[in-house]
Amino acid sequence: MITINGKSIELSENITVSEYLKQNQYRPERIAIELNGSILPKSSYDSTLLKDGDVMEIVSFVGGG
Amino acid sequence: MKNTDDKLILGGHEFTSRFILGSGKFSLDLVKACIEKAGTQIITLALRRANEGGLANILDYIPDNITLLPNTSGARNAEEAVRIARLSREVGCGDFVKIEVIHDSKYLLPDNYETIKATEILAKEGFVVMPYMYPDLNAARDLVNAGAACIMPLGSPIGSNKGLCTKEFIQILIDEIDLPIIVDAGIGRPSQACEAMEMGASAVMANTAIATAGDVPAMAEAFKKAIEAGRSAYLSGLGRTLDKGASASSPLTGFLQD
Repeated sequence: MITINGKSIELSENITVSEYLKQNQYRPERIAIELNGSILPKSSYDSTLLKDGDVMEIVSFVGGG
Repeated sequence: MKNTDDKLILGGHEFTSRFILGSGKFSLDLVKACIEKAGTQIITLALRRANEGGLANILDYIPDNITLLPNTSGARNAEEAVRIARLSREVGCGDFVKIEVIHDSKYLLPDNYETIKATEILAKEGFVVMPYMYPDLNAARDLVNAGAACIMPLGSPIGSNKGLCTKEFIQILIDEIDLPIIVDAGIGRPSQACEAMEMGASAVMANTAIATAGDVPAMAEAFKKAIEAGRSAYLSGLGRTLDKGASASSPLTGFLQD
């Protein structure tokens, strides 16, 4: 079980952050990721495996003042 | 002074437009037209949890030559503002950040103390820090010392369109602070933006006034003209005001009855 953007998600297998983003159609060039409280650089998406207990935030820009 | 020489400088970056446009409450397909009509070079954004599914992103609608100014809306203290700023930079939009720390949900007034703390941390990390604040001279001086690139005092509560309720205190900042003063929040009409610029504000930021207008891009253009007019008036030096009485504009000699 991992937590992504506040929701608990059961992942069936070990996947990388890159693979998760692709499966769920996130656009890496438009987002930033915080994994367990630290910023995950874009260069680490390919090499970082999601593991049980991870807490991930995926954020992007919206209109704001 | 020629207009081309009149630059707004923020953290070493030069801008010719003095109109910062907020992008909240807009439909995405109006964003580009508004940027063009506003002639703006800086647009604010907010950071939120992303949606899955490859949806359109506001960045798809903003031309590449526009400087992005992410805000830290949602931050209730300095620590949260710093977290949002760092994540915003990680999206890949440059080093600008508008600090906004609010824990008062009724009036949405900024917490100057937490804003100063966040400014100090982020300025040291190389951000161009643009703090939104309640116009208080002591807090503004602390923001200068903390490394702010400008000071952004509110005219009236966010989204209220009430104009320059804090006019006298903004004037004190303009007179005493040696950084650009950018009036942010509450400016509801082009005439209010113009007035802020006549006072010597370096720029105006507006969002709700435009987003809630009848014709949104046309209002963006109206603000552009008002801000330019106010700037020209300030640079020209406003004519004097009489304490009482009148002063004829036409000659007082050569009347037909003489």
